[in-house]
Amino acid sequence: MDIMQVVAIGLIATVLIVVVKSQRPELGVLLSVVAGVILFLLVLGKISSIMDVIKELAARAGISMVYLGTILKIVGIAYIAEFGAQICRDAGEGAVATKIEFAAKVLIMVLAVPIIVAVLQLLLKLVP
Amino acid sequence: MGSNIDLIFKIAGIGILVAVLNAILKHAGKEEQGHLVTLAGLAIVFMWVVQLLANLFEQVKSVFKLF
Repeated sequence: MDIMQVVAIGLIATVLIVVVKSQRPELGVLLSVVAGVILFLLVLGKISSIMDVIKELAARAGISMVYLGTILKIVGIAYIAEFGAQICRDAGEGAVATKIEFAAKVLIMVLAVPIIVAVLQLLLKLVP
Repeated sequence: MGSNIDLIFKIAGIGILVAVLNAILKHAGKEEQGHLVTLAGLAIVFMWVVQLLANLFEQVKSVFKLF
C-alpha cells in the first residue's frame, strides 16, 4: 500500500512546513523541496518499471529505439522542469519558475528536431 | 527510504531549534549571533538538500536515459 505511505508523508510534511514556515520561511521552502523529492523518489521506481514495459512493447512493434529514447528524454525533462518550477512558484518566485519552464520548452524543442525533420522528409517523399 | 523520511524531521527540528535560539538571542540582546545561528542552520539544511537533489537527478537521469 504505497499510497498510504505517500499520503502520510505528505500530511506530515505539510504540518511541519506550516509550523516551520511561520518562523523561518527559508527553511519551510527547503522542507517542501525535500518532501517533493522524497515523494518523487518513491514513484520513480514504479516509473522505471513502466518504462521497461514500454520499451519492450516498442521493440515488439518494431519502433526504432532512437524515437523512443527521444520521447523518454522529453518526459524526463518535463518531469524535472515541472518539479523545479513548482518549487519556485511555491516560494513566490513566479518569474524564475516561468524561466525554468521556458528553458525546458526550448530543450524539448531541440530534442524533437530530428523527429520533425524525419516527418518532413517522409512527407516530401510522399509528395512527388 | 527510512533515512529520507528522517530528513524531513531533521529539517523541521533544525527549523524549530533555530527559531527558538533566535528568540532567546534576540531577548538577550545578541542580534548578530542570532543571524549567525540562522545562517548556520540554513547552511546545514542546504547541504542535506543538495545531496538529496543530486540523488534525485542521478535517478531521473538513469530512468529516462538523459544524456
